[in-house]
Amino acid sequence: MSGNHHDSDHPGPESSAALRTKALEALLVEKGLISTDVIDTVVRAYEQDIGPLNGARVVARAWVDAAYKQRLLADGTAAVAELGFGAPQDAEIVVLENTPTVHNVVVCTLCSCYPWAVLGLPPSWYKSYAYRSRVVREPRTVLREFGLELPDTVEIRVWDSNSDVRYMVLPERPAGTESMSEAELVALVTRDAMIGVTQVQVPATVVGS
Amino acid sequence: MNGMHDMGGMHGFGPVVREDNEPVFHHEWEGRVFAMQRVTPVPIPGGSRNNIEHMDPVAYLTTSYYEKWLHARIKGLIDAGALTAEELEARVAFYRDHPEAPVPRREDPARRQRMQERLRRVVESPRLDLQIQPRFRPGAAVRARNLHPAGHTRLPRYVRGKPGVVARFYGIYAFQDAMPPGTEAPPQPLYAVRFDGRELWGGSAEANSVVYLDMWESYLEPA
Repeated sequence: MSGNHHDSDHPGPESSAALRTKALEALLVEKGLISTDVIDTVVRAYEQDIGPLNGARVVARAWVDAAYKQRLLADGTAAVAELGFGAPQDAEIVVLENTPTVHNVVVCTLCSCYPWAVLGLPPSWYKSYAYRSRVVREPRTVLREFGLELPDTVEIRVWDSNSDVRYMVLPERPAGTESMSEAELVALVTRDAMIGVTQVQVPATVVGS
Repeated sequence: MNGMHDMGGMHGFGPVVREDNEPVFHHEWEGRVFAMQRVTPVPIPGGSRNNIEHMDPVAYLTTSYYEKWLHARIKGLIDAGALTAEELEARVAFYRDHPEAPVPRREDPARRQRMQERLRRVVESPRLDLQIQPRFRPGAAVRARNLHPAGHTRLPRYVRGKPGVVARFYGIYAFQDAMPPGTEAPPQPLYAVRFDGRELWGGSAEANSVVYLDMWESYLEPA
């Protein structure tokens, strides 16, 4: 799972990191700086509520509602707030539209900036040294590793999120989904497509029906 | 700073390794580190990212993501005077000798209630309502300045000195670079600037590829 690179490692419960975390939590609780129930609440929220399903709802709404899409591209923060999504992280959300001639992909080369309100916390590969170092220099090669081969006529735009702006990609709505409901469309939208490393695919069962 | 974290364009890190059905946190301690970082009411002097970027480069490369957060939080608490290295090491030694000893619990229903309300809040823009005239307009030819600040900066090495075109003006935002002690950075106009892959990577650039970076005005000069 983790390859040969330490950055994608996740030291386990017996590790020195786990031990230091335990000691730190104990001291912060004793000093009255944190309370256990607040820590539990935050962990649960990011594990269960704040995730890419929020972004998928934004995308599906934009696909079925042209006026919403217009608002989303003009002011992503306000349009995401309109659907009630948040998280205790203020950010300027900017949504980038993929078209037949432009493909957007997002990275944070310096760190791990990511639109938590719509996608939750980033996957390990997004924070990996390999992705951060390579996608700005060889985006086509990296996208190919994700299974996405784009013709040279498509402009690849890599967005390096180095400020308080958080970027999300609005993928193209795939052909063959015209009769699908908004809820069915939500289920098609993947996290990776909203980062821009893949496109949204239609399941073969839908194509065949 | 020209640190190990400034990785854009580097070679040698291999393929992008993905994990199917990856959990949000791989182990309980990662979630505790994340949440403690978010809620501990002690600001980190210099900022969390500054502490991470100033790690020894070898340590930066060989520690995991949440270990870096843990390091930044602990150093911040020590620097702020809220914790001593000695008391932390003593407690680490205690748990090493008594692995079954529980972490003390503390409940604070009022704080939990406030946190639940914050988690339900909708996202808000950090844009500042200030009347500052931007120096550049979309379409302007600009160049990223060749700056090498020793402290935290959001200007990656791979773009310094390179020409680009202003694509978008976002508004006025707080400046995030480290400032000398006692000075405050005034907010600045922020832009998205488009850089052609060939300007950044020369002949090795891949076909029809561009990179957009967010640029505070002080990062830019007219081209």
